[in-house]
Amino acid sequence: MLAIVDSGGANIASVRFALERLGVASELTADPTVIRSAERVILPGVGSAAEGMKRLQAKGLVDCVRSLTQPVLGVCLGMQLLFEKSGEGDTPTLGIIPGEVALLPDSPGITVPHMGWNTLTTGREVDLLDGIAPEARFYFVHSFAAPVNAFTQASCRHGTPFAAIVQRGNFSGCQFHPERSGPAGARLLQNFVEGRA
Amino acid sequence: MLARRIIPCLDVRDGRVVKGTQFRDHEDVGDIIELAQRYRDEGADELVFYDITASSDGRTVSTEWVTRVARVLDIPFCVAGGIRSLDGARAILHGGADKISINSPALENPALIGELAGEFGSQCVVVGIDSLQDGSDYFVKQYTGDPTKTRSTLWRTLDWAAEAQKLGAGEIVLNCMNQDGVRRGYDLVQLKALRALLHIPLVASGGAGEIAHFNDVFRIAGVDGALAASVFHKGVISIPRLKEQLIADGIPIRS
Repeated sequence: MLAIVDSGGANIASVRFALERLGVASELTADPTVIRSAERVILPGVGSAAEGMKRLQAKGLVDCVRSLTQPVLGVCLGMQLLFEKSGEGDTPTLGIIPGEVALLPDSPGITVPHMGWNTLTTGREVDLLDGIAPEARFYFVHSFAAPVNAFTQASCRHGTPFAAIVQRGNFSGCQFHPERSGPAGARLLQNFVEGRA
Repeated sequence: MLARRIIPCLDVRDGRVVKGTQFRDHEDVGDIIELAQRYRDEGADELVFYDITASSDGRTVSTEWVTRVARVLDIPFCVAGGIRSLDGARAILHGGADKISINSPALENPALIGELAGEFGSQCVVVGIDSLQDGSDYFVKQYTGDPTKTRSTLWRTLDWAAEAQKLGAGEIVLNCMNQDGVRRGYDLVQLKALRALLHIPLVASGGAGEIAHFNDVFRIAGVDGALAASVFHKGVISIPRLKEQLIADGIPIRS
C-alpha cells in the first residue's frame, strides 16, 4: 500500500488522482501506524514551510516521517521539508537532507514564483527519470528552492540553479509537481511506485 | 529555461463549457472533461476555467466539476469566477485545482489577496485585472462579466497590479479590454509596461488573432504566458501549429 501523508495542505487531492490514473491504490492518512506500515510513502504539500511543519507537528508526524525506512517521495513543499531549514519564516524542517531552502532571487526576465514548465540537468543516471527524455519539461510552481549539493540528482535553473530532484538513502524528493507534469510526470510517479528509487 | 505558457480559457456554466457573444446567448459547446482533455492532448500548458454562472449571480463555484477535471487532467488548471472568500477558495483548491483567480472581489476587498496568500501560498493566488484604455492611461474596470453592472474604478492599472503583487498575488492576468475579441493582437505597450513593473509572472489576455500575435507578446512584451479563448475554440489557431512556429522562432516552449 502507498500512503500519502495527509499534511492538510491545499490540492493534496491531485497526487492521489495522479496515482489513480496509474491504477495505483493509495491512502491519504495522518495515522503514524498506517504510514509506518506502508510500502511507500509520498509527502506532498503546497503553501509555506512554517505552515507545513506546523501541520506535521500538530498531527504528531515529525518523528514518524523522519524515522521511515521505506521509499519516501517528497513533492514540492514536501521535498523542501526534507532539508534542515527553510528561509521561509526561518523554519527548522525535518533535517533529513543537509542544506537550507532559500528564496529564489528575482531579476529582470526572472519572475518569482518560478511558475511553469522547465527542463532538468542531470550529471548521472537518475532512477526516477528512467525512460524519460532528457529534454522533458516538468511543471514547477514555487518561490523557495533547495541548494544544489551532494544529494542533488537533477537540478533546474531559474536565474540561479537549484535542486529539482534529491535523494538521500530511502528519501527522494522533487521540487516540481509530477502529478501536473503530463506524461513525463506520470512516468516519474510510475518509477517511484515500481521501486526505481 | 522556463517555457512561455499557452493557456486556453474555457467558460463554464453549470458544469458545461459554453461560449457566447457578450454576456448573453451562451451556446453549449461541449462537455468540460472532453474539452479539457482535448486541449491537454493538443499541448496546452495550463487551462483556465472561468465559471460564469458563479460570478454573474453571486453563487460560489460548484466543486463537483472541479474534482472531475482534477481526476483526469495531468496539467495545471486555474479556476476563476465567483471566489469571494477563504472558504470558497479552499473548496476549489481541495477539489484539486492548482490555482484560483480573483478579480472583482479583490477590488471590493484588497485584503482578500493577502488572506488567500497567507492561507494557501502566493503560488496559487492569481489576480485578474480588466484594464481599459482611457486617453493615454489605463484604468481598472470591475464587474465586467455583466455589461449592465460593469463600472470604472479609481485604480490606474499599473498601480492596482503593483498593489496586488505587494499584497501577495503570485501571478497577474491582464485582460486588455480594448483588444478583447477583436483579434488584432495583444496590447504590447501596456503589457510591456506592466512586465517591467512586476516581479511575479504576468499572463496576457485579450487580442490574440493569429500566430504572430503570440510571438509578439512573448518577444516584445516579455510576458510569461498568453491566454486566449475564441481563437482556440473556433479552430482559428491550432495549438500544435502555434507551438511549432514559436519553437521555430526560438521562443522557449514546451513541445
